[in-house]
Amino acid sequence: MSLDTSSTPLSFRRPSGLRTVKNGAAWVYVSLAAVLTVIPLVWILYTVISQGYRLVLNSNWWLQSQRGITPRREGGGAYHAIIGTVEIGLICALIAVPLGILGAILLIEYARGSKAARAVSFAVDILSGLPSIVAALFIYALFITVFGFGRSVIAVSCALTLLMLPVVLRSTEEMLKLVPDSLREASYALGVPCWKTILHVVIPTAFSGISTGVVLGLARVMGETAPLLILVSYAVGINFSPTSATMGALPTMINSGRDQAPTLPGYERVWAAALTLILIVMLLNLLARGIARASKLKEK
Amino acid sequence: MSTRSPVPQVTSHPARPRPAAPQPTGHGVQLAEISQAGDRTFRFLAGGSGVLIIALVAFVGIFLLALALPSLLQDRDNFLFSRSWTVVGDELRFGIAGLLWTTVLSSVVAMIIAVPVAIGVALFLTQYLPRRFSGPLSFVIDLLAAVPSIIFGLWGLTVLGPFLRPVGLWVSGHLGFIPLFRAEIDPSSSVFVASVVLAIMILPIITAISRDVFTQTPRDQIEAALALGATRWEVIRSAVLPYGRSGVVSASMLGLGRALGETVAVLIILSQAAPGSAFTPSIFAGGETFASKIANNASEFDTPSKTGAFIAAGLVLFVVTFVVNALARIVATRGTARS
Amino acid sequence: MAKRIDVSNVDIYYGAFHAVQDVSMTVEPRTVTAFIGPSGCGKSTLLRTLNRMHEVIPGAHVKGRVQLDGTDLYGAGVDPVAVRRVVGMVFQRPNPFPSMSIYDNVAAGLRLNGVKNKGVLNEAVERSLVAANLWNEVKDRLGKAGIGLSGGQQQRLCIARAIAVEPQVLLMDEPCSALDPISTLAIEDLIGELKEQFTVVIVTHNMQQAARVSDQTAFFNLAAQGKPGKLIEIGSTETIFSNPTQKATEDYITGRFG
Repeated sequence: MSLDTSSTPLSFRRPSGLRTVKNGAAWVYVSLAAVLTVIPLVWILYTVISQGYRLVLNSNWWLQSQRGITPRREGGGAYHAIIGTVEIGLICALIAVPLGILGAILLIEYARGSKAARAVSFAVDILSGLPSIVAALFIYALFITVFGFGRSVIAVSCALTLLMLPVVLRSTEEMLKLVPDSLREASYALGVPCWKTILHVVIPTAFSGISTGVVLGLARVMGETAPLLILVSYAVGINFSPTSATMGALPTMINSGRDQAPTLPGYERVWAAALTLILIVMLLNLLARGIARASKLKEK
Repeated sequence: MSTRSPVPQVTSHPARPRPAAPQPTGHGVQLAEISQAGDRTFRFLAGGSGVLIIALVAFVGIFLLALALPSLLQDRDNFLFSRSWTVVGDELRFGIAGLLWTTVLSSVVAMIIAVPVAIGVALFLTQYLPRRFSGPLSFVIDLLAAVPSIIFGLWGLTVLGPFLRPVGLWVSGHLGFIPLFRAEIDPSSSVFVASVVLAIMILPIITAISRDVFTQTPRDQIEAALALGATRWEVIRSAVLPYGRSGVVSASMLGLGRALGETVAVLIILSQAAPGSAFTPSIFAGGETFASKIANNASEFDTPSKTGAFIAAGLVLFVVTFVVNALARIVATRGTARS
Repeated sequence: MAKRIDVSNVDIYYGAFHAVQDVSMTVEPRTVTAFIGPSGCGKSTLLRTLNRMHEVIPGAHVKGRVQLDGTDLYGAGVDPVAVRRVVGMVFQRPNPFPSMSIYDNVAAGLRLNGVKNKGVLNEAVERSLVAANLWNEVKDRLGKAGIGLSGGQQQRLCIARAIAVEPQVLLMDEPCSALDPISTLAIEDLIGELKEQFTVVIVTHNMQQAARVSDQTAFFNLAAQGKPGKLIEIGSTETIFSNPTQKATEDYITGRFG
């Protein structure tokens, strides 16, 4: 049984030739772009791992400093630089995290939408675009030229605080925005004052998102080099003092050794330091992602 | 009168007998006294942090300007148009023309390379890949953003530079008659390689923002295009790209801002031009950016006038990145206001 | 201990917008008063002025007097935090604190108000959960997350949380609108029991619910979109539903509009 409904039969074939070609070309283009983006990461990781893995696998790398080791000698480790990187990161977080969270609380809980909030938000925008070298120059100008202090670990941490602060503040702000107003009202309705509501209801609800931001901010500042170059001198020995003018850190360990001949043992240590730094930063990123995922699972 | 059902009879709900004697509710739980001290303290802390943040930003400008000014006043050259940098001795002669050119050239070239790729990846992530693959790929791209810049520099100097050398030689060999492509130095440590590395560094930033904008394309616009029989590319061109345009422009500007201020990768890769050499616009030349110049001389901040000269360069960098970032935000807010 | 509420000549504004105009009413202790009316008529807004919850929205303000056993809630020197300790509230959607367990949710109001004694807390948690008809369902899993409960259980948890701080008045803003019929029934039964201890004011869209649970009903209406809402009629629930004096009330409860 056939019914002719139309003189021209319906056609569900592919669109005309040119349109198909364009569609295909677009597909090729976007896939190529994706491949082009992934290549550098793989390439960098390959380079760093292949050149640095040998030393990193050796336990001495994690336990010894470079004291008394010349570029021509084998041995020594990155312990002094790891201490420096971690210590600088922690001091920086100690300042940036409370300040960032309080700033976000101001923007969302106390001054939402007000002129004051817009002014603070504008300042944070400027900070988030601030080049690290300018942050370093500012701290140099303030600490060293104006106050007359010397270079120090604390100075570096303060410069890095300027870079970490916007990361923590913005991510906290986003998280506080996601906390529904009904929870705040539920708490007010129990006769709980505003500040206790923020501290015991709002912040715990947003906690995982806030810690993700903190960890990502930490990863960013631990990899920064420019402020280290300006505000502290590289030292090969182990040193814990935050007021010291010299301290090792992984980025400056890389920077101070990068000019030597590739045949020297010291050159391999540069790559091993690079690998160590990448490992720390990537671990922090994975941690941040883990926290974010865990909290999503809990919500389900 | 209406023909609808009349007022319903109230179903006399089962009587819940009121207790004869009211039961006391007070169980003697003693709540703490209400005090406004906590709220005041907290509000003060939050407000204080806001003031501090604004003050910090203001101080960045004020201090840089205050310390740069004496040197700027002593400068015998034109600060904006001179290419010389003599900051030792009695007579200061310095200007930012050379730094500005190298900074802007390297960053703009980086943006030109990065933007088309970033748009492609963002489209791939949002319009082509299924969700369960786009998540992991996004994370991989975010990891690229996490690689410290010194490692980009090291890799650019030792691996990418030599790899791109033949490309640079070929381009300068064939297009060298254009000043922009004139061969000046070994291309592996030229602005060209620095730009490629900067492009890789800003690629994840531009991709992430473009991706977010593209995912927000209204579903109905996409479906309207599909209902007209559009191919996937036609959907992208007619719905996704127009919707995301301002977001992509804003993302590119933010990437540009990041490239302008990048320090250590450029410092490592780019070889400095010989002092006193003639100006060249070429991307196959060496040079210094604001940031690399400052970092390169960090150990020599000994006299106030010398330091002031470098701080003046930092101030210009601050202003330039501020303008670029501000433009990015203006474009972004205009875009959201329109849609 | 339940309190009497006197509302006299209250006008409520959101910034320049006049939301509710000239409302006066009295709510007797240990009764259930239902607010009914079409959407946007200001019944929830009025409810939120009874514990000064209204003012957490920027720009909102109130004229007139709301008295609780003769004390003006909007008088000079009255701390809204103190008001809310006496006048508790249950919201439209169940909103247990997601970061807290069932136990911690109920104890939250006491703990955050400085009660630390374990024994007192345990006793208050059990008493409140029993009063909210939830104790038997959760007594074995008090440490589990509050958001793991079903919608109806969550709402009863929120009621337990509200009554744990021993308020005098309980405000309920459409407490059943997000719940299924069985959970709704459970809450309605609970309201009947709660009025033995508390003064209850409930906003509802569901007229059968108003008829079932309340002793007194207030009907609100607005002349047009953008005009302020007004109290049209208030009286015993029997009267309002069987013999309203106003035409608008009759139209509304017979389902002719709204």
